[in-house]
Amino acid sequence: MYIYLPIAEMSVNIFLVLGMGAGVGVMSGIFGVGGGFLMTPLLIFLGVPAPVAVGTGANQIIASSVSGVLAHWRRGNVDLMMGLMLLSGGVVGSTLGVFVFKFLQTLGQIDLVIKLSYVIFLGIIGALMMAESLRSLLRSHRKTSGRMQRKLHQHNWMHGLPLKFRFRKSKLYISLLLPIGIGFLVGILTAIMGVGGGFVMVPAMIYLLGMPTNVVVGTSLFQIIFVSANATFLQATLNQTVDVVLAMLLLVGGVIGAQIGTKLGAKLKGEQLRSLLAIMVLLVSGKLLFDLVITPDDLYSIVTVGEKAGLP
Amino acid sequence: MIATLIQRPFAFRRSWSRCLFGLLLFLPMSLSADEPLVADLDNHLVAITAGFTGEELLLFGTMQGDGDIVVVVHGPKQDIVARRKDRVAGIWMNTESVLFKGVPSFYSVATTAKTGLDLPASALRRHQIGLENIRLLTDDIISEKTYDFFAASVLRSKMAIGLYSPDAGIVERRGRQLFRASVMIPTNVPVGTYTVETLLVRDGQIAAAQTTPLFVNKEGFGAQVFRTAHMQPALYGIAAILIAALAGLAANWIFQKL
Repeated sequence: MYIYLPIAEMSVNIFLVLGMGAGVGVMSGIFGVGGGFLMTPLLIFLGVPAPVAVGTGANQIIASSVSGVLAHWRRGNVDLMMGLMLLSGGVVGSTLGVFVFKFLQTLGQIDLVIKLSYVIFLGIIGALMMAESLRSLLRSHRKTSGRMQRKLHQHNWMHGLPLKFRFRKSKLYISLLLPIGIGFLVGILTAIMGVGGGFVMVPAMIYLLGMPTNVVVGTSLFQIIFVSANATFLQATLNQTVDVVLAMLLLVGGVIGAQIGTKLGAKLKGEQLRSLLAIMVLLVSGKLLFDLVITPDDLYSIVTVGEKAGLP
Repeated sequence: MIATLIQRPFAFRRSWSRCLFGLLLFLPMSLSADEPLVADLDNHLVAITAGFTGEELLLFGTMQGDGDIVVVVHGPKQDIVARRKDRVAGIWMNTESVLFKGVPSFYSVATTAKTGLDLPASALRRHQIGLENIRLLTDDIISEKTYDFFAASVLRSKMAIGLYSPDAGIVERRGRQLFRASVMIPTNVPVGTYTVETLLVRDGQIAAAQTTPLFVNKEGFGAQVFRTAHMQPALYGIAAILIAALAGLAANWIFQKL
Protein backbone atom coordinates (compact mmCIF):
# COMPACT_ATOMS: atom_id res chain seq x y z
CA MET A 1 0.00 0.00 0.00
CA TYR A 2 1.47 3.30 -1.11
CA ILE A 3 0.98 6.80 0.21
CA TYR A 4 1.98 10.04 -1.45
CA LEU A 5 4.16 12.34 0.65
CA PRO A 6 3.12 15.90 -0.21
CA ILE A 7 6.36 17.69 0.70
CA ALA A 8 8.85 15.01 -0.30
CA GLU A 9 6.79 14.72 -3.52
CA MET A 10 7.07 10.96 -3.83
CA SER A 11 5.11 7.81 -3.05
CA VAL A 12 6.34 5.41 -0.41
CA ASN A 13 5.17 2.07 0.86
CA ILE A 14 3.33 2.71 4.14
CA PHE A 15 4.55 -0.51 5.73
CA LEU A 16 8.16 0.17 4.80
CA VAL A 17 8.05 3.56 6.53
CA LEU A 18 6.14 2.19 9.54
CA GLY A 19 8.68 -0.63 9.78
CA MET A 20 11.57 1.81 9.56
CA GLY A 21 10.02 3.93 12.31
CA ALA A 22 9.53 0.82 14.45
CA GLY A 23 13.08 -0.43 13.82
CA VAL A 24 14.63 2.88 14.82
CA GLY A 25 12.15 3.09 17.72
CA VAL A 26 13.35 -0.28 19.05
CA MET A 27 16.94 0.98 18.87
CA SER A 28 16.10 4.20 20.68
CA GLY A 29 14.12 2.30 23.31
CA ILE A 30 17.05 -0.03 23.97
CA PHE A 31 19.77 2.59 23.97
CA GLY A 32 17.90 5.66 25.27
CA VAL A 33 18.83 7.92 22.38
CA GLY A 34 16.41 9.68 20.03
CA GLY A 35 17.36 7.60 17.02
CA GLY A 36 17.38 10.62 14.72
CA PHE A 37 20.96 9.86 13.72
CA LEU A 38 19.77 6.56 12.24
CA MET A 39 16.44 7.83 10.90
CA THR A 40 17.80 10.66 8.74
CA PRO A 41 20.35 8.52 6.83
CA LEU A 42 17.68 5.81 6.39
CA LEU A 43 15.22 8.32 4.91
CA ILE A 44 17.89 9.61 2.54
CA PHE A 45 18.59 6.01 1.55
CA LEU A 46 14.86 5.56 0.84
CA GLY A 47 15.04 8.41 -1.68
CA VAL A 48 13.58 11.21 0.41
CA PRO A 49 15.46 14.43 -0.51
CA ALA A 50 18.11 15.13 2.17
CA PRO A 51 16.64 18.51 3.23
CA VAL A 52 13.17 16.96 3.69
CA ALA A 53 14.67 14.05 5.64
CA VAL A 54 16.37 16.55 7.95
CA GLY A 55 13.32 18.80 8.47
CA THR A 56 10.96 15.88 9.00
CA GLY A 57 13.42 14.14 11.32
CA ALA A 58 13.37 17.16 13.64
CA ASN A 59 9.56 17.07 13.68
CA GLN A 60 9.39 13.37 14.48
CA ILE A 61 11.88 13.72 17.34
CA ILE A 62 9.48 16.06 19.19
CA ALA A 63 6.98 13.22 19.56
CA SER A 64 9.46 10.63 20.78
CA SER A 65 11.07 13.10 23.22
CA VAL A 66 7.70 14.16 24.68
CA SER A 67 6.78 10.52 25.15
CA GLY A 68 10.14 9.73 26.73
CA VAL A 69 10.48 12.75 28.99
CA LEU A 70 7.15 12.11 30.72
CA ALA A 71 8.33 8.70 31.87
CA HIS A 72 11.56 10.22 33.21
CA TRP A 73 9.72 13.13 34.84
CA ARG A 74 7.65 10.72 36.93
CA ARG A 75 10.84 9.10 38.20
CA GLY A 76 12.30 12.51 39.07
CA ASN A 77 15.08 12.17 36.51
CA VAL A 78 14.83 15.65 34.99
CA ASP A 79 17.09 18.45 36.21
CA LEU A 80 14.93 21.41 35.23
CA MET A 81 17.55 24.13 35.81
CA MET A 82 20.18 22.24 33.84
CA GLY A 83 17.61 21.59 31.11
CA LEU A 84 16.74 25.29 30.86
CA MET A 85 20.40 26.28 30.57
CA LEU A 86 21.02 23.70 27.83
CA LEU A 87 17.83 24.89 26.19
CA SER A 88 18.77 28.58 26.13
CA GLY A 89 21.99 27.69 24.32
CA GLY A 90 20.15 25.18 22.14
CA VAL A 91 17.53 27.62 20.85
CA VAL A 92 20.22 30.08 19.73
CA GLY A 93 22.29 27.24 18.24
CA SER A 94 19.45 25.64 16.31
CA THR A 95 18.33 29.03 14.95
CA LEU A 96 21.84 29.71 13.73
CA GLY A 97 21.98 26.15 12.36
CA VAL A 98 18.88 26.59 10.21
CA PHE A 99 20.31 29.76 8.66
CA VAL A 100 23.62 27.98 8.05
CA PHE A 101 21.59 25.16 6.48
CA LYS A 102 19.83 27.57 4.12
CA PHE A 103 23.11 29.22 3.18
CA LEU A 104 24.84 25.89 2.47
CA GLN A 105 21.82 24.79 0.45
CA THR A 106 22.30 27.72 -1.93
CA LEU A 107 26.02 26.89 -2.16
CA GLY A 108 25.22 23.29 -3.06
CA GLN A 109 27.24 21.93 -0.15
CA ILE A 110 24.44 20.93 2.21
CA ASP A 111 24.58 17.20 1.42
CA LEU A 112 28.32 17.14 2.02
CA VAL A 113 28.03 19.05 5.30
CA ILE A 114 25.24 16.76 6.54
CA LYS A 115 27.29 13.67 5.72
CA LEU A 116 30.57 15.07 7.07
CA SER A 117 28.90 16.08 10.34
CA TYR A 118 27.61 12.54 10.67
CA VAL A 119 31.02 11.01 9.93
CA ILE A 120 32.84 13.25 12.41
CA PHE A 121 30.37 13.09 15.28
CA LEU A 122 29.39 9.46 14.94
CA GLY A 123 33.08 8.56 14.60
CA ILE A 124 34.17 10.44 17.73
CA ILE A 125 31.24 9.33 19.87
CA GLY A 126 31.38 5.75 18.66
CA ALA A 127 35.08 5.54 19.47
CA LEU A 128 34.59 7.13 22.91
CA MET A 129 31.74 4.79 23.79
CA MET A 130 33.63 1.80 22.52
CA ALA A 131 36.68 2.64 24.64
CA GLU A 132 34.51 3.31 27.68
CA SER A 133 32.48 0.13 27.39
CA LEU A 134 35.59 -1.99 26.77
CA ARG A 135 37.16 -0.49 29.90
CA SER A 136 34.11 -1.20 32.01
CA LEU A 137 33.78 -4.72 30.59
CA LEU A 138 37.40 -5.38 31.60
CA ARG A 139 36.79 -3.83 35.02
CA SER A 140 33.73 -5.94 35.72
CA HIS A 141 35.77 -9.04 34.87
CA ARG A 142 38.54 -8.13 37.31
CA LYS A 143 36.07 -7.11 40.00
CA THR A 144 38.29 -4.30 41.29
CA SER A 145 37.01 -2.66 44.45
CA GLY A 146 38.71 0.72 44.08
CA ARG A 147 35.66 2.17 42.37
CA MET A 148 33.88 3.30 45.48
CA GLN A 149 36.63 5.72 46.43
CA ARG A 150 36.37 7.66 43.15
CA LYS A 151 35.11 11.22 43.26
CA LEU A 152 31.77 12.08 41.68
CA HIS A 153 33.73 13.58 38.81
CA GLN A 154 37.18 14.88 38.01
CA HIS A 155 37.92 18.57 38.43
CA ASN A 156 39.57 20.39 35.54
CA TRP A 157 39.85 23.80 33.82
CA MET A 158 36.09 23.88 33.17
CA HIS A 159 35.45 24.28 36.87
CA GLY A 160 37.35 27.56 36.85
CA LEU A 161 34.82 29.34 34.61
CA PRO A 162 32.78 32.21 36.08
CA LEU A 163 28.99 32.36 36.79
CA LYS A 164 28.96 29.26 38.95
CA PHE A 165 25.63 27.76 39.90
CA ARG A 166 24.56 24.85 42.08
CA PHE A 167 22.55 22.24 40.14
CA ARG A 168 20.89 20.22 42.91
CA LYS A 169 19.54 17.26 41.01
CA SER A 170 22.79 16.82 39.10
CA LYS A 171 24.85 17.32 42.28
CA LEU A 172 27.07 19.78 40.42
CA TYR A 173 28.52 23.23 41.17
CA ILE A 174 29.61 24.49 37.77
CA SER A 175 29.54 27.56 35.54
CA LEU A 176 26.30 28.31 33.69
CA LEU A 177 28.41 28.87 30.58
CA LEU A 178 29.14 25.14 30.26
CA PRO A 179 25.59 23.85 29.71
CA ILE A 180 24.75 26.93 27.60
CA GLY A 181 27.79 26.29 25.39
CA ILE A 182 27.07 22.58 25.00
CA GLY A 183 23.41 23.36 24.27
CA PHE A 184 24.50 25.86 21.62
CA LEU A 185 26.78 23.40 19.80
CA VAL A 186 24.23 20.59 19.93
CA GLY A 187 21.56 23.03 18.71
CA ILE A 188 23.56 23.71 15.54
CA LEU A 189 23.84 19.97 14.96
CA THR A 190 20.11 19.53 15.47
CA ALA A 191 19.34 21.93 12.68
CA ILE A 192 21.99 20.76 10.24
CA MET A 193 21.76 17.02 10.85
CA GLY A 194 18.05 16.68 11.64
CA VAL A 195 18.80 14.88 14.87
CA GLY A 196 17.71 15.60 18.41
CA GLY A 197 21.36 15.58 19.35
CA GLY A 198 20.83 13.04 22.13
CA PHE A 199 23.75 10.98 20.92
CA VAL A 200 26.02 14.01 21.29
CA MET A 201 24.28 15.51 24.31
CA VAL A 202 24.25 12.38 26.48
CA PRO A 203 28.01 11.69 26.30
CA ALA A 204 28.74 15.41 26.68
CA MET A 205 26.66 15.58 29.86
CA ILE A 206 28.27 12.46 31.30
CA TYR A 207 31.88 13.06 30.30
CA LEU A 208 32.15 16.87 30.07
CA LEU A 209 29.73 18.04 32.75
CA GLY A 210 30.06 14.96 34.95
CA MET A 211 26.32 14.60 35.54
CA PRO A 212 25.04 11.41 37.20
CA THR A 213 23.79 8.98 34.55
CA ASN A 214 20.26 8.66 35.91
CA VAL A 215 19.35 12.31 35.29
CA VAL A 216 21.20 12.60 31.98
CA VAL A 217 18.68 10.96 29.64
CA GLY A 218 15.62 12.69 31.09
CA THR A 219 17.27 16.12 31.10
CA SER A 220 18.60 15.66 27.59
CA LEU A 221 15.16 14.62 26.32
CA PHE A 222 13.57 17.60 28.08
CA GLN A 223 15.66 20.13 26.23
CA ILE A 224 15.57 18.22 22.94
CA ILE A 225 11.78 18.75 22.77
CA PHE A 226 12.21 22.50 22.62
CA VAL A 227 15.31 22.59 20.46
CA SER A 228 13.78 20.29 17.85
CA ALA A 229 10.49 22.23 18.01
CA ASN A 230 12.47 25.37 17.23
CA ALA A 231 14.30 23.61 14.39
CA THR A 232 11.00 22.27 13.02
CA PHE A 233 9.44 25.72 13.06
CA LEU A 234 12.38 27.34 11.33
CA GLN A 235 12.79 24.55 8.74
CA ALA A 236 9.06 24.87 7.97
CA THR A 237 9.13 28.65 7.60
CA LEU A 238 12.49 29.10 5.87
CA ASN A 239 12.88 25.96 3.78
CA GLN A 240 9.44 24.29 3.63
CA THR A 241 11.05 20.93 4.22
CA VAL A 242 8.83 19.46 6.97
CA ASP A 243 6.59 16.65 5.72
CA VAL A 244 3.92 16.07 8.37
CA VAL A 245 2.54 12.99 6.61
CA LEU A 246 5.97 11.34 6.68
CA ALA A 247 6.54 12.49 10.27
CA MET A 248 3.22 10.95 11.39
CA LEU A 249 4.02 7.62 9.77
CA LEU A 250 7.49 7.56 11.33
CA LEU A 251 6.31 8.45 14.81
CA VAL A 252 3.50 5.88 14.85
CA GLY A 253 6.08 3.18 14.12
CA GLY A 254 8.58 4.94 16.38
CA VAL A 255 6.54 5.07 19.59
CA ILE A 256 5.48 1.43 19.28
CA GLY A 257 9.07 0.38 18.58
CA ALA A 258 10.35 2.45 21.51
CA GLN A 259 8.09 0.63 23.95
CA ILE A 260 9.25 -2.75 22.67
CA GLY A 261 12.85 -1.54 22.79
CA THR A 262 12.57 -0.37 26.39
CA LYS A 263 11.43 -3.85 27.45
CA LEU A 264 14.20 -5.54 25.45
CA GLY A 265 16.77 -3.11 26.85
CA ALA A 266 15.86 -4.00 30.41
CA LYS A 267 17.03 -7.57 29.76
CA LEU A 268 20.50 -6.55 28.58
CA LYS A 269 23.47 -5.42 30.68
CA GLY A 270 24.56 -1.79 30.54
CA GLU A 271 28.06 -2.53 29.23
CA GLN A 272 26.77 -4.85 26.54
CA LEU A 273 24.26 -2.22 25.50
CA ARG A 274 26.86 0.47 25.21
CA SER A 275 29.29 -1.64 23.24
CA LEU A 276 26.48 -2.67 20.86
CA LEU A 277 25.48 0.95 20.37
CA ALA A 278 29.12 1.89 19.85
CA ILE A 279 29.48 -0.75 17.13
CA MET A 280 26.33 0.46 15.41
CA VAL A 281 27.39 4.10 15.56
CA LEU A 282 30.84 3.26 14.19
CA LEU A 283 29.30 1.23 11.34
CA VAL A 284 27.01 4.10 10.26
CA SER A 285 29.92 6.52 10.44
CA GLY A 286 32.22 4.18 8.50
CA LYS A 287 29.65 3.66 5.76
CA LEU A 288 29.10 7.39 5.32
CA LEU A 289 32.84 8.06 5.22
CA PHE A 290 33.32 5.26 2.69
CA ASP A 291 30.68 6.87 0.44
CA LEU A 292 32.47 10.22 0.61
CA VAL A 293 35.88 8.79 -0.22
CA ILE A 294 35.18 6.32 -3.02
CA THR A 295 34.69 7.77 -6.49
CA PRO A 296 30.95 8.28 -6.98
CA ASP A 297 29.15 6.52 -9.86
CA ASP A 298 28.22 9.87 -11.33
CA LEU A 299 30.36 12.92 -10.64
CA TYR A 300 27.48 15.14 -11.72
CA SER A 301 24.23 15.80 -9.90
CA ILE A 302 21.29 18.12 -10.50
CA VAL A 303 19.02 20.17 -8.26
CA THR A 304 15.86 22.01 -9.21
CA VAL A 305 15.94 25.60 -8.03
CA GLY A 306 13.15 27.94 -7.03
CA GLU A 307 10.38 25.49 -7.81
CA LYS A 308 7.05 26.87 -6.74
CA ALA A 309 4.97 25.11 -9.37
CA GLY A 310 1.49 23.99 -8.45
CA LEU A 311 0.72 26.91 -6.23
CA PRO A 312 -2.51 28.74 -6.90
CA MET B 1 26.28 24.23 -33.20
CA ILE B 2 25.93 23.81 -29.50
CA ALA B 3 27.21 27.33 -29.02
CA THR B 4 24.37 28.76 -31.11
CA LEU B 5 21.95 26.74 -29.03
CA ILE B 6 23.35 28.18 -25.84
CA GLN B 7 23.12 31.75 -27.01
CA ARG B 8 19.70 31.42 -28.55
CA PRO B 9 17.60 34.05 -26.83
CA PHE B 10 14.59 33.17 -24.73
CA ALA B 11 12.29 35.26 -26.91
CA PHE B 12 12.68 32.85 -29.77
CA ARG B 13 11.08 29.97 -27.95
CA ARG B 14 8.30 32.15 -26.63
CA SER B 15 7.29 33.39 -30.06
CA TRP B 16 7.49 29.86 -31.34
CA SER B 17 5.19 28.47 -28.68
CA ARG B 18 2.78 31.35 -29.17
CA CYS B 19 2.66 30.45 -32.82
CA LEU B 20 1.87 26.85 -31.92
CA PHE B 21 -0.80 28.03 -29.56
CA GLY B 22 -2.33 30.04 -32.37
CA LEU B 23 -2.29 26.95 -34.50
CA LEU B 24 -4.12 25.08 -31.75
CA LEU B 25 -6.83 27.74 -31.59
CA PHE B 26 -7.18 27.68 -35.32
CA LEU B 27 -7.53 23.92 -35.57
CA PRO B 28 -11.16 23.43 -34.46
CA MET B 29 -12.34 25.92 -37.07
CA SER B 30 -10.65 24.06 -39.87
CA LEU B 31 -12.09 20.68 -38.86
CA SER B 32 -13.39 18.93 -41.90
CA ALA B 33 -13.27 15.55 -43.58
CA ASP B 34 -9.75 16.07 -44.84
CA GLU B 35 -8.33 17.15 -41.46
CA PRO B 36 -4.82 15.68 -41.69
CA LEU B 37 -4.34 15.06 -37.97
CA VAL B 38 -6.63 14.87 -34.95
CA ALA B 39 -5.41 13.65 -31.58
CA ASP B 40 -6.64 13.77 -28.01
CA LEU B 41 -5.99 12.36 -24.56
CA ASP B 42 -8.50 10.20 -22.74
CA ASN B 43 -7.99 12.40 -19.70
CA HIS B 44 -6.62 15.93 -19.44
CA LEU B 45 -6.24 15.98 -15.69
CA VAL B 46 -3.90 13.87 -13.60
CA ALA B 47 -4.79 14.22 -9.94
CA ILE B 48 -2.03 13.44 -7.45
CA THR B 49 -3.93 12.16 -4.44
CA ALA B 50 -2.75 10.34 -1.31
CA GLY B 51 -2.74 7.00 -3.12
CA PHE B 52 -1.07 8.24 -6.33
CA THR B 53 1.27 5.66 -7.87
CA GLY B 54 1.56 7.09 -11.36
CA GLU B 55 -0.92 7.04 -14.19
CA GLU B 56 -1.09 5.75 -17.72
CA LEU B 57 -2.89 8.04 -20.15
CA LEU B 58 -4.12 7.06 -23.58
CA LEU B 59 -3.42 9.31 -26.54
CA PHE B 60 -5.49 8.50 -29.62
CA GLY B 61 -6.21 10.08 -32.95
CA THR B 62 -6.63 9.81 -36.67
CA MET B 63 -4.43 10.83 -39.55
CA GLN B 64 -4.99 11.25 -43.28
CA GLY B 65 -2.67 9.62 -45.76
CA ASP B 66 0.79 8.21 -45.15
CA GLY B 67 3.44 9.35 -42.75
CA ASP B 68 4.76 8.83 -39.27
CA ILE B 69 3.28 10.04 -36.00
CA VAL B 70 5.49 11.51 -33.27
CA VAL B 71 4.18 12.26 -29.79
CA VAL B 72 6.31 14.51 -27.57
CA VAL B 73 5.32 15.15 -23.93
CA HIS B 74 6.90 18.10 -22.09
CA GLY B 75 6.53 18.81 -18.40
CA PRO B 76 6.44 22.35 -16.97
CA LYS B 77 9.76 24.17 -17.26
CA GLN B 78 12.23 24.27 -14.38
CA ASP B 79 15.54 25.92 -13.63
CA ILE B 80 18.14 23.28 -12.87
CA VAL B 81 21.57 23.55 -11.32
CA ALA B 82 23.97 20.82 -12.40
CA ARG B 83 27.01 20.33 -10.20
CA ARG B 84 30.24 18.41 -10.61
CA LYS B 85 32.08 16.73 -7.77
CA ASP B 86 35.85 16.88 -7.48
CA ARG B 87 38.16 15.26 -5.00
CA VAL B 88 39.13 17.87 -2.42
CA ALA B 89 41.39 16.71 0.42
CA GLY B 90 40.41 13.11 -0.14
CA ILE B 91 36.65 13.54 -0.22
CA TRP B 92 34.34 14.25 -3.13
CA MET B 93 32.61 17.60 -2.96
CA ASN B 94 30.60 19.77 -5.37
CA THR B 95 32.77 22.32 -7.12
CA GLU B 96 31.77 23.64 -10.55
CA SER B 97 28.10 24.29 -11.35
CA VAL B 98 26.00 25.39 -14.33
CA LEU B 99 22.47 26.86 -14.20
CA PHE B 100 20.15 25.66 -16.95
CA LYS B 101 17.00 27.70 -17.47
CA GLY B 102 13.61 26.52 -18.68
CA VAL B 103 14.44 22.82 -18.78
CA PRO B 104 11.40 20.54 -19.26
CA SER B 105 10.80 18.82 -15.93
CA PHE B 106 9.41 15.77 -17.71
CA TYR B 107 10.03 14.49 -21.22
CA SER B 108 8.95 11.50 -23.22
CA VAL B 109 8.69 10.80 -26.92
CA ALA B 110 6.95 8.06 -28.91
CA THR B 111 6.75 7.36 -32.62
CA THR B 112 5.39 4.98 -35.21
CA ALA B 113 8.72 5.04 -37.04
CA LYS B 114 10.66 1.82 -36.59
CA THR B 115 13.92 3.14 -38.00
CA GLY B 116 14.71 6.81 -37.50
CA LEU B 117 12.43 9.64 -38.56
CA ASP B 118 12.53 11.10 -42.02
CA LEU B 119 13.23 14.60 -40.73
CA PRO B 120 16.21 16.96 -41.07
CA ALA B 121 18.22 17.67 -37.93
CA SER B 122 16.92 21.24 -37.78
CA ALA B 123 13.30 20.05 -37.56
CA LEU B 124 14.20 17.50 -34.88
CA ARG B 125 15.81 20.25 -32.87
CA ARG B 126 12.99 22.70 -33.37
CA HIS B 127 10.42 20.23 -32.08
CA GLN B 128 12.82 18.76 -29.51
CA ILE B 129 12.35 15.24 -30.82
CA GLY B 130 14.70 12.87 -29.03
CA LEU B 131 16.66 13.34 -25.81
CA GLU B 132 19.66 14.83 -27.61
CA ASN B 133 17.44 17.61 -28.98
CA ILE B 134 16.00 18.81 -25.68
CA ARG B 135 16.79 22.50 -25.36
CA LEU B 136 19.12 23.14 -22.44
CA LEU B 137 19.81 26.86 -22.25
CA THR B 138 22.23 28.58 -19.94
CA ASP B 139 23.41 32.14 -19.42
CA ASP B 140 26.61 30.92 -17.80
CA ILE B 141 29.75 31.56 -19.80
CA ILE B 142 31.37 28.18 -20.24
CA SER B 143 33.33 26.31 -22.87
CA GLU B 144 31.54 24.07 -25.32
CA LYS B 145 33.16 21.02 -23.77
CA THR B 146 32.01 21.95 -20.28
CA TYR B 147 28.53 22.60 -21.63
CA ASP B 148 28.43 19.14 -23.20
CA PHE B 149 29.44 17.42 -19.97
CA PHE B 150 26.93 19.32 -17.86
CA ALA B 151 24.09 19.01 -20.39
CA ALA B 152 24.69 15.26 -20.60
CA SER B 153 24.58 15.06 -16.81
CA VAL B 154 21.14 16.72 -16.76
CA LEU B 155 19.80 14.12 -19.20
CA ARG B 156 21.44 11.31 -17.25
CA SER B 157 20.09 12.45 -13.88
CA LYS B 158 16.60 13.00 -15.27
CA MET B 159 16.66 9.50 -16.78
CA ALA B 160 17.90 8.01 -13.51
CA ILE B 161 14.85 9.33 -11.64
CA GLY B 162 12.51 8.29 -14.45
CA LEU B 163 11.46 11.77 -15.58
CA TYR B 164 13.03 11.46 -19.02
CA SER B 165 12.45 8.20 -20.87
CA PRO B 166 15.69 6.98 -22.41
CA ASP B 167 14.12 5.34 -25.48
CA ALA B 168 11.37 6.46 -27.77
CA GLY B 169 8.05 4.74 -27.01
CA ILE B 170 5.79 3.17 -29.59
CA VAL B 171 2.81 4.76 -31.28
CA GLU B 172 0.66 1.91 -32.60
CA ARG B 173 -1.19 2.13 -35.88
CA ARG B 174 -4.71 0.74 -36.08
CA GLY B 175 -5.56 0.27 -39.71
CA ARG B 176 -4.79 3.13 -42.10
CA GLN B 177 -6.06 6.05 -40.08
CA LEU B 178 -6.17 5.36 -36.36
CA PHE B 179 -3.23 5.53 -33.99
CA ARG B 180 -2.81 5.22 -30.25
CA ALA B 181 -0.01 5.61 -27.71
CA SER B 182 0.20 5.34 -23.97
CA VAL B 183 1.67 8.23 -22.00
CA MET B 184 3.14 7.13 -18.67
CA ILE B 185 3.04 9.68 -15.85
CA PRO B 186 5.34 8.39 -13.08
CA THR B 187 4.77 8.91 -9.36
CA ASN B 188 7.42 11.61 -8.87
CA VAL B 189 6.21 14.04 -11.57
CA PRO B 190 6.16 17.72 -10.77
CA VAL B 191 2.78 19.48 -10.87
CA GLY B 192 1.90 22.00 -13.55
CA THR B 193 0.77 22.23 -17.13
CA TYR B 194 2.19 19.67 -19.53
CA THR B 195 2.02 19.84 -23.30
CA VAL B 196 1.43 16.80 -25.46
CA GLU B 197 2.54 17.57 -29.00
CA THR B 198 1.41 15.26 -31.78
CA LEU B 199 3.22 15.66 -35.10
CA LEU B 200 2.53 14.14 -38.49
CA VAL B 201 5.75 13.65 -40.44
CA ARG B 202 5.50 13.25 -44.20
CA ASP B 203 8.03 13.69 -46.99
CA GLY B 204 10.79 14.89 -44.71
CA GLN B 205 8.76 17.64 -43.07
CA ILE B 206 6.13 18.26 -40.43
CA ALA B 207 2.84 18.05 -42.31
CA ALA B 208 0.58 18.75 -39.35
CA ALA B 209 0.87 19.36 -35.62
CA GLN B 210 -1.47 19.45 -32.69
CA THR B 211 -0.79 20.42 -29.09
CA THR B 212 -2.96 19.13 -26.27
CA PRO B 213 -2.56 20.45 -22.73
CA LEU B 214 -2.38 18.10 -19.76
CA PHE B 215 -2.79 19.30 -16.20
CA VAL B 216 -1.07 17.58 -13.31
CA ASN B 217 -2.42 18.79 -9.98
CA LYS B 218 -2.22 17.76 -6.38
CA GLU B 219 -5.64 17.09 -4.95
CA GLY B 220 -7.20 16.21 -1.64
CA PHE B 221 -5.38 16.13 1.67
CA GLY B 222 -1.88 16.09 0.19
CA ALA B 223 -2.55 19.21 -1.87
CA GLN B 224 -3.82 21.02 1.20
CA VAL B 225 -0.71 20.06 3.14
CA PHE B 226 1.55 21.24 0.32
CA ARG B 227 -0.35 24.51 -0.10
CA THR B 228 -0.38 25.25 3.62
CA ALA B 229 3.34 24.49 3.90
CA HIS B 230 4.13 27.03 1.20
CA MET B 231 1.46 29.69 1.76
CA GLN B 232 1.30 29.65 5.58
CA PRO B 233 4.70 28.31 6.60
CA ALA B 234 4.55 29.67 10.16
CA LEU B 235 1.12 28.20 10.79
CA TYR B 236 2.24 24.92 9.23
CA GLY B 237 5.34 24.79 11.42
CA ILE B 238 3.33 25.38 14.60
CA ALA B 239 0.76 22.76 13.55
CA ALA B 240 3.53 20.24 12.85
CA ILE B 241 4.99 20.84 16.33
CA LEU B 242 1.60 20.54 18.06
CA ILE B 243 0.71 17.36 16.18
CA ALA B 244 4.02 15.76 17.13
CA ALA B 245 3.75 16.86 20.77
CA LEU B 246 0.17 15.56 21.05
CA ALA B 247 1.20 12.28 19.42
CA GLY B 248 3.94 11.95 22.02
CA LEU B 249 1.48 12.64 24.87
CA ALA B 250 -1.02 10.18 23.40
CA ALA B 251 1.62 7.47 23.03
CA ASN B 252 2.72 7.94 26.62
CA TRP B 253 -0.87 7.81 27.89
CA ILE B 254 -1.71 4.68 25.87
CA PHE B 255 1.36 2.74 26.97
CA GLN B 256 0.81 3.72 30.58
CA LYS B 257 -2.61 2.07 30.41
CA LEU B 258 -1.23 -1.10 28.86
